[in-house]
Amino acid sequence: MPSPQVQPVLAPAAGPTGAPAIDVRGLECGYENKVVLQNLTFTVGQAELFFVIGGSGCGKSTLLRHLIGLNRPTAGEVRFFGQVFGDQGEKQRRELLKTFGVLFQSGALWSSLTLRENVALPLELHTALSKREREELATLKLSQVGLQGFEDYYPSEISGGMKKRAGLARALALDPAIVFFDEPSAGLDPITSRKLDELILSVRDTFGTTCVVVSHELASIMGIGDRVILLSREAKGIVAEGDPRLLARDSEHPLVREFFSSGGIRHAAPATPST
Amino acid sequence: MPVSTESRPARATLSQEPGRLCIAFSGDWRITDDHSHWHAPRLGHEKPAVRLDTSELGNWDSSLLLYLHSVTRWCQQQGLTLDDSALPAQLRQLASQFASAEKSSKPQDRSANLLEFVGNQTQAVWGQVREIAHFVGECSLSATRLLKNPASFRWRDCLAEMQQCGVMALPIVSLVSFLIGITLAYTGATILRLFGGDIWVADLIGLSVTREMAAVMTGVVLAGRTGAAFAAQIANMKANEEIDALSTLGVSATDFLVMPRILALAIMTPLLALYSVLLGILGGMLIALTILSIPPTAYWVEMLTIVDLSDVTTGLLKASAFGVIIGLSGSLRGLQADRSAEGVGRAATSAVVTSILLMVVADAFFAVLFNMLGW
Repeated sequence: MPSPQVQPVLAPAAGPTGAPAIDVRGLECGYENKVVLQNLTFTVGQAELFFVIGGSGCGKSTLLRHLIGLNRPTAGEVRFFGQVFGDQGEKQRRELLKTFGVLFQSGALWSSLTLRENVALPLELHTALSKREREELATLKLSQVGLQGFEDYYPSEISGGMKKRAGLARALALDPAIVFFDEPSAGLDPITSRKLDELILSVRDTFGTTCVVVSHELASIMGIGDRVILLSREAKGIVAEGDPRLLARDSEHPLVREFFSSGGIRHAAPATPST
Repeated sequence: MPVSTESRPARATLSQEPGRLCIAFSGDWRITDDHSHWHAPRLGHEKPAVRLDTSELGNWDSSLLLYLHSVTRWCQQQGLTLDDSALPAQLRQLASQFASAEKSSKPQDRSANLLEFVGNQTQAVWGQVREIAHFVGECSLSATRLLKNPASFRWRDCLAEMQQCGVMALPIVSLVSFLIGITLAYTGATILRLFGGDIWVADLIGLSVTREMAAVMTGVVLAGRTGAAFAAQIANMKANEEIDALSTLGVSATDFLVMPRILALAIMTPLLALYSVLLGILGGMLIALTILSIPPTAYWVEMLTIVDLSDVTTGLLKASAFGVIIGLSGSLRGLQADRSAEGVGRAATSAVVTSILLMVVADAFFAVLFNMLGW
């Protein structure tokens, strides 16, 4: 649950009080004939900075794909603000999708559009704003992530860190209640990575956005995480849950000890070969 | 927001009193839902002080910011004073960020001068020609190196490529050649029938297929099938820094990657073309038998009166040249590619275009050459 001091005074995008932002019950994730994760149960509170951590190949990204609805769970259910995603017809699904923002691993900017157009496209698809309003708002979102002056650049003309920030601006375009981050620090140097962490934190503090971050970067986890779940390949599920700082200090679980003492880079279970 | 929750409609109510204009916000402002839009009120002669009231405001997001931004801009244009002290601090801060974002935005002019554009394109053509010439030269050097030291040639790669571009292409080459034979026979039959020369359909098919169609059609199929694959493979290797890894071992990419592919194509294209000749003739024979009632033996004998060994050899010579062209353009485009996923796609496309273009040019060149030599 979010600690009281991080709850913004006025939460623009906060959901109805009471229901947790994400409520996962008995979720089973997998691809054809292969179960990657099973019997997952956890909740993410509103305005919480929630980390999904674990070594490579433990199913972090798989879980993310299931949460945002790109893959269908084989069993169990995911509730967003008390609603089940996907079983209420296409219209309902689209309504719910508007409350999501996703920052993909490489930014996933549309290469044929400028940064401003990239950010303005979700607004064009889901709002009744005029073109001028969309562009003004896109300019604002880009300046919020520190990209003022780069509005007319194409994604191929900017650096990797800037692409991530532009991707974040696009993910925030519709003022989503929940933003998902897939390995935000992948491929970034430590300094850029810390700056992105600060940005994520400021987004949460300003807008009361619930943030779900998939990561194995220990510095981010310890720096900004409110709560984490640690996934493991062997257990096919959650092995530990809680405040990362407390886990690192107190947990007796061998996998947790290993993860937090390894710098988070090595696999949680180096005994088995990993992909 | 979740759909089921009761949200109050987002409203902005303007109330005008003498000397004062009050804008009262109420409800939950959500950018994806309906909300009030700013409409400038009619002003009298006086300049009212504008006051904002957010006591009834529920949740809000960027839609409210947009509205406030419009109000601020209007106030500036009209020279009015805006009292935003009633706004929550966070909202005020975001609103000022909005204003500064607009100021620091730098629009870019990307339109290009026509003259400049034409100039650049012309230079690019010259650059392309030079690159092709350079690459052909490099391949010749590589070939002489390998001739001197055949043991260093990657025979296994070459054999694997031969299987890929030759044997695996048999089904598609069969289909295309057989259908070309049929189409040619139909076209020829319509005209030849007019003056009772039905039997000459055998000569028409035999000559056009052996001298021209077999080599060209095989070339086109291989350009699409193999040339594009070479370009994509090599471009992918380049994006993966595999080419650089080779260079650090002191191995030239031309020796290691390009020559086995070119040799494989130079050998397999004529073989496939020969096979294509056979299928083309069979296609023609089928139509001659079914439509024109010419028995296959008569067709064969008639064909042999006009087609001789020189037709077959010129056809195969051309096919071999086309094979080299496809291999060269595929490898060249692959090596020139950008180091990105996008570059791989572009390399494959441009390899097909380049090889078909160069094949047509070479075909015309061969036509003139063989005519002069009387072959």
